[in-house]
Amino acid sequence: MKRFFDTELETFRSNLVMMGEIAVRQVRDAMKALIESDLSLADQVAAADDELDQLEIKIDEEAIRYMSLRSPVATELRLVVVGMKASHDLERVGDEATNIVRRVARLSAEPPIKPYVDLPRMATIAIQMLRDAMDCFLQIDAEKALLICQRDKEVDDLNRQLYRELSSYMIERPETTSRALELMFISKSIERIADHATNIAEEMIYLAKGEDVRHTEQTRNPDAG
Amino acid sequence: MSAHTLMEITPTTFAPPIADKPAQADSEVHQTLIDIANLDFFYGETKALHDISLKIPEKEVTAFIGPSGCGKSTLLRCLNRMNDLIDIARVDRGTIRIRDIDIYQPDVDVIELRKRVGMVFQKSNPFPKSIYENITYGLRLQGVSAKSRLDEVVERSLRGAALWDEVKDRLHESGLSLSGGQQQRLCIARAIAVEPEIILMDEPCSALDPIATARVEELIHELKSKYTIVIVTHNMQQAARCSDRTAFFYLGRLVEYADTQTIFMKPSDAQTEAYVSGRFG
Ligand SMILES: Nc1ncnc2c1ncn2[C@@H]1O[C@H](COP(=O)(O)OP(=O)(O)OP(=O)(O)O)[C@@H](O)[C@H]1O
Ligand SMILES: [Mg+2]
Repeated sequence: MKRFFDTELETFRSNLVMMGEIAVRQVRDAMKALIESDLSLADQVAAADDELDQLEIKIDEEAIRYMSLRSPVATELRLVVVGMKASHDLERVGDEATNIVRRVARLSAEPPIKPYVDLPRMATIAIQMLRDAMDCFLQIDAEKALLICQRDKEVDDLNRQLYRELSSYMIERPETTSRALELMFISKSIERIADHATNIAEEMIYLAKGEDVRHTEQTRNPDAG
Repeated sequence: MSAHTLMEITPTTFAPPIADKPAQADSEVHQTLIDIANLDFFYGETKALHDISLKIPEKEVTAFIGPSGCGKSTLLRCLNRMNDLIDIARVDRGTIRIRDIDIYQPDVDVIELRKRVGMVFQKSNPFPKSIYENITYGLRLQGVSAKSRLDEVVERSLRGAALWDEVKDRLHESGLSLSGGQQQRLCIARAIAVEPEIILMDEPCSALDPIATARVEELIHELKSKYTIVIVTHNMQQAARCSDRTAFFYLGRLVEYADTQTIFMKPSDAQTEAYVSGRFG
């Protein structure tokens, strides 16, 4: 039976979808600003972070109101709880995008110590993971969500590899230290974004199946050693 | 009512989020329709209501909640002077104004008042007559007899009570042949047939199953665009779902009155909080 408050859930869902779209846009723009040394785009990304902050607050308010007044159970209850958690992850993704653009000005002041190859590669995976996680929300697809969790390791590995590489730069050419550190921080931010995408994917598995897969074998990459 | 399935909560298209809309759906401010001021009420020597002051806005749903015996039904019955039918009942002090008319003034036409302030009871009580006659009864009393007019009111009222589709082919069967939930909606149809301004409902769903209850709740939600509704309920979830404002009573006193969201999310009185949390006593 349709209930008069169903529209409240629809609004709740579309706010979360919108947060997902904004978060993806922020990460994409942050990477573009970095690679193209586009300072005005960097400013734009920093300024837009507030959109995500406000949506997170709104989603929390709506969720608490819905739980207080509509007594949701089962899937509806999981949707509301998962929505709150996922919105928190998306808000943090926005923070990481802001962390990235904060370093653009300093990095663009000098020539790059090496061409941007690994960071864009990591970011491409992280963005795809985020997109896929939000698709799983729309489609309530637990199978696909599990695959996202397993991809987290790719990003972790790339981060570690880049970290080692940048460490050796710093030792060999100490004058690159500050720039190498900036790049390490950016790499870490991207790695965090993939972690948030993984959290969201885990939340979507919980939404679809009511099963908590966090810290279980299921979410590990089967190819990993 | 069955829980939502995954498919049901997965709309294929999304309405754009309404960015500026506050979480509370009804941001409109409605004018006071019923103004209860310093009301004391007695059954014989026993004071059942103590100094009640309460303003009920029009075209909203106001819920009265509180433990058994706290005076909810008594106050509800004051609003259309149904208590006049009880010998020992009397308003001792205070006033009740409906659109600035003091309804306890001696010159008030009580029949007219009850027409404006309809009532639906806990136990559905259709007359042992046909569905059609149940609805037209009040109008016939008022002298309306034109069949076309009566037919029109029957259809409008049954549609208004979300019952038309279920009974349109059996209008001349007894009202008692309907299910409990249908009977309750028939009583709501009967109440709206005379076009009241206010509908009082005293535990209208307490004898209904969850699906019939959900139907009546949906109906209440629809009716509030046209009517002012005051509902007594023991079902906290129902008060939370259906009402815009909630008044909590205890031992004949109004303890807290606020918008429903406040009562269920951050009541200011510890007794209210205990009651809505199911931890009273
Ligand atoms: N007709 C009556 N004669 C005498 N006392 C009455 C009468 N009706 C109610 N009372 C008393 O008035 C007080 C309030 O009763 P009321 O029926 O208004 O409570 P209520 O809040 O509606 O309770 P419930 O939730 O059980 O319906 C109670 O103490 C009750 O015993
Ligand atoms: Mg009662």
